[in-house]
Amino acid sequence: MTVTSTRAKPEGTLPDRTEPAAPRKRRRNPLPYILLLPAVLIVLVDMGYPLLRQITMAFQHFSLEQQFGKPAEFVGLDNFTRVLGDSAFWLTLGRSLAFCLVCAALTMAIGIGGALLLTKLSRPVSVFVQAAMLLAWAMPVLSSLQVFQWIFDSRSGVVDWTLAGLGMQGMAGYNWFSNPLTFFAVAAILVIWMSVPLVVFMVYASVTQIDESMLEASTLDGANGWKQFREITVPTIAPVLLLVTILEIIWDLRVFTQIFILQKNGGITEQTNVLGTYVYQVGLSGGDYGVASATALIMLLITLLLTWRYVTQFLKQGEV
Amino acid sequence: MALKPSPVRRSAANITGLVFGLLWIFPVYWLVNNSLVTDDALQSRTPSFLPLDFTWAHYETVLHDSRFWSALRMSFGVALIVVVAALLFAFFASMALSRFRFKGRKIIIISVLVIQMIPAEAMFISQYKMIDSWHLLNSVLGLSLLYVGASVPFTIWMLKGFVDGVPVELEESAMIDGCSRMGAFFRVTFPLLGSGLVASGIFAFLAAWNEYTLALVLLSSDNSKTLPLWIQGFSGQNQATDWGGIMAGSTLMALPVIILFVIVQKKMAQGLVAGAVKG
Repeated sequence: MTVTSTRAKPEGTLPDRTEPAAPRKRRRNPLPYILLLPAVLIVLVDMGYPLLRQITMAFQHFSLEQQFGKPAEFVGLDNFTRVLGDSAFWLTLGRSLAFCLVCAALTMAIGIGGALLLTKLSRPVSVFVQAAMLLAWAMPVLSSLQVFQWIFDSRSGVVDWTLAGLGMQGMAGYNWFSNPLTFFAVAAILVIWMSVPLVVFMVYASVTQIDESMLEASTLDGANGWKQFREITVPTIAPVLLLVTILEIIWDLRVFTQIFILQKNGGITEQTNVLGTYVYQVGLSGGDYGVASATALIMLLITLLLTWRYVTQFLKQGEV
Repeated sequence: MALKPSPVRRSAANITGLVFGLLWIFPVYWLVNNSLVTDDALQSRTPSFLPLDFTWAHYETVLHDSRFWSALRMSFGVALIVVVAALLFAFFASMALSRFRFKGRKIIIISVLVIQMIPAEAMFISQYKMIDSWHLLNSVLGLSLLYVGASVPFTIWMLKGFVDGVPVELEESAMIDGCSRMGAFFRVTFPLLGSGLVASGIFAFLAAWNEYTLALVLLSSDNSKTLPLWIQGFSGQNQATDWGGIMAGSTLMALPVIILFVIVQKKMAQGLVAGAVKG
């Protein structure tokens, strides 16, 4: 990794040490495996086993009867063909992808913009913005959900009141959760509001590692702000940007709690389902575990497809 | 970054920053503000922008609710187990990944990232059955067990960045002085990870504190609810939603996290960046 070696150290607590002790431990040493054992074991029990079960169930007919002991029979790709033949699945998939991409793109754009903005602010304003970011970041998702439902409440919500006050009379008493489009607008605002602080802090932390003298030299060479941003800032913060982008896509595609709880307001669950809530509905509410598992596997596959390019690029850059 | 921004540019940036900050702080302000006004003010069509009709009544309601206290105990119990176990396991694992080159190392590192992609909703059924077969439904232990597995990968990711930052030479010289390898890890490296442990511990805490869906699936009895379940139940239980109570409860739930975040703010972003930059 070039970032740490060519630039000033990130900060006092992290002295530079790029290469782990590489050649010394070539002989078979059991110690690393012993050290990994507890972590690997608990992950295997908690997620490995359920994942295996889930993969098995995806190829079985598995509903409530099997839940109560009837042996499950293997049905090949039946569950997958049923999912892929269901128009509700495709609608949900499209909705999820659109929601994920819009949220991830806006979060990254606002987050990067916010981080760069931070470097240009006078001290008190910068402290204020960082405090605001910190508070938003710290808010538990359930607390945020409650206050957003209140902000967008149709009776006493501040948004409807403000919009009506601005002359949009139709917005007085408008129920945001009764229309899929405005439902997702609120959900996106909430998700973006929650995710931006992490991006701001991470990008800001790595932007402040950029060597001042490099920027000065490039200014003397006549580079303007945009050119500096593209040719110095972006390459420097690239590993961080990649990681955050991967995480944002993963997190936004599997968004569940926010949608699940906002759905309780509207009564239009079918039209507002995303992949996560769809799987939940088919499996836990509908009792069709086989189909739900198949859908979940398809969901995993899509996430891998979406992020694979970034993941490989990231692993190459980090030379792990 | 730019050498000397012109005063005009700087004030334009400051105004943008101010608006940005206000937008982001508004929901937090609105939460606290609305937890402090009377029911009449809440019911009014005109929102109250300042807590002029001030009252502590909503906090009194919440603090006299025994379900709140039981949820608080439950949430703290689960979070405590998760933080301790996840940190310990992740410390061992990140020592292995940072200090050794061994077969399977790369696979472990990739798994840490890929595990994040597995859709949790699909595992609930088998996770439920597993915990049920161990008779651990509705228990602190059952829920913690699953949360530890869920937070260990991310904790390893963060902690490894900090372990990479501690020079291996320190351990080596301790070993020359007669320390065992494990002794060197614990006596030399562990104390130097202070901020890394705090930062990744907080993420584990937060994950446990915030989690809603798995808790919903595993905890059905009334006196084993965590705070997220309690606050969500709060809005459903009465015919007329008690928004004041919900706001007060949500504020109380956010308070410990906000305090933690304020204490260790800087270290968290740095921890994430360290993980990203050092791979």
